[in-house]
Amino acid sequence: MGEVLAVVREAPRQYARIARLWVRSSLAYRASFVMLTLASLLLTFLDFVGLALMLHLIGDLDGFALWEIALLYGASGIGIGVADLLIGSVEQIGQHIRSGTLDAMMVRPVPLIVQVCADRFAIRRLGRITQAVAVFAWAAWSVDWTPSKVVVALLMVVSASAIFFALFVTFSCIQFWTQDASEFANAFTYGGNTMTQYPLSIFPSEVLKSLTFVIPVAFANWYPCLYLLDREDPFGMPEWFAVAPPFVAALMCVVAVLAWRTGVRRYTSTGS
Amino acid sequence: MLYVAIATRGFRRYSTYRAATLAGIFTNCVFGVIYSYAYLALWEQRPDAGGYDATDAVTYVWIGQALLMTVALWGGGTTDDLAERIRTGDVAIDLYRPVGLVPWYLAADLGRAAYHFLTRGLAPTVVGFFVFDIVLPGSATATLAFLVSLVLAVVTSFAIRFLVASSAFWLLDQSGVKMLSGLAAMFLSGMVLPLVIFPEPLRSIAFALPWASYLQTPADIWLGKRVGLDLLAGLGLQGLWIVLLVAVCQVVVSAATRKVVVQGG
Repeated sequence: MGEVLAVVREAPRQYARIARLWVRSSLAYRASFVMLTLASLLLTFLDFVGLALMLHLIGDLDGFALWEIALLYGASGIGIGVADLLIGSVEQIGQHIRSGTLDAMMVRPVPLIVQVCADRFAIRRLGRITQAVAVFAWAAWSVDWTPSKVVVALLMVVSASAIFFALFVTFSCIQFWTQDASEFANAFTYGGNTMTQYPLSIFPSEVLKSLTFVIPVAFANWYPCLYLLDREDPFGMPEWFAVAPPFVAALMCVVAVLAWRTGVRRYTSTGS
Repeated sequence: MLYVAIATRGFRRYSTYRAATLAGIFTNCVFGVIYSYAYLALWEQRPDAGGYDATDAVTYVWIGQALLMTVALWGGGTTDDLAERIRTGDVAIDLYRPVGLVPWYLAADLGRAAYHFLTRGLAPTVVGFFVFDIVLPGSATATLAFLVSLVLAVVTSFAIRFLVASSAFWLLDQSGVKMLSGLAAMFLSGMVLPLVIFPEPLRSIAFALPWASYLQTPADIWLGKRVGLDLLAGLGLQGLWIVLLVAVCQVVVSAATRKVVVQGG
């Protein structure tokens, strides 16, 4: 037990050391760095512009005004943004397997997951988080705050990050079986993000049920936001779902760890 | 014949990664479903937005998913190889060849596009057809015109991607320019939102730019929104941009060639 704790305690320092190297490396091509940071900021912002143009045309989407959609958008965006910044590189696992660099990582005295996640750490992804925070802050201005809402909002942001964190890891593990299927994970990570940018009431109830009970990404923003917006759940789900995100996130992280361990145990190197 | 051989190799190269293709098709379909419901909600509130009805809008979504990889909207394709070869200096070998840089990479990219069209283009279209009842082109003329427009879209996108890759001659690394260019393509092609429902004057401006070629023009032909003279005007504008962009590509290549010679001492 003591050893496990020591490993966990060491991990953030090791992660930071690797991340720092990648930040320095990304500054080597300075023009690219500036443009990539700008693009990262604009990337998701254009999604929001798309939503705003939509709302400009129809006034409200299924009864949700632009600022309410902005709240959903911001929460989801912060969640995937933080997860992508910290561990987004886990998507590259298939490439590490194919090129054999995973073998090299395995013999180093740093946990494999730390190395894979810190690899190609991209500080420019802060651009995306900044943009999501700005949209969230703008929407939060209109929320009728109470102390319990502040608690729900804080739990939501932390849990959303953990939920996307788990999605990235779990679905990247598929690459232990098929190395070039990295795009499969995108359907769940970026797909989950895109879905939760909209009020989930525009989807049929089967979709909502799968997003609640199968791939519970609805807990990343939908249920807590309904509470922040003083709205009844259009599908009649219980109100306590608003405080469920931390538990859902914890459960998903356990699944992610199990998937990772199964994958690593199965890994037998490319052999060539 | 040489170019056919290059294109065939391009096709075969991409067809190696079967799992990647299947995973990509799956992802295209998931996004197709998401956007379909979003647009259905929009068109339910405004049934005639942009001159589309709800079926047109959903069809537009699936055409978009089908063309995303075919026109390499996000960048990528053979121009990524070019950018890497510029960075490493291997491009010097390409310049020695008795074949122009532009036609060589264009042929390879057309091979790639053909593969992506037959897999990542057709598969989501079939799914959209059975799940969301999308409409098919109304006539043989429309189908043919759509295919012509699609080829023009790929060439337009290639020319822009070639220019992006060429920026590596000066910057060494294309990634920043590539991402900014991808963003412009994403928004101005109508992938984020159909150009037809953009507010004026943004709508007219976007329609006149080369990115409209990627999705909006072929989609309008498919949906039967462009017929007769309007159809010819659409194809004409696509052709005009190609002439212009390819000319710029040639200028850039000759400017870059001089630079490479300087680098080589």
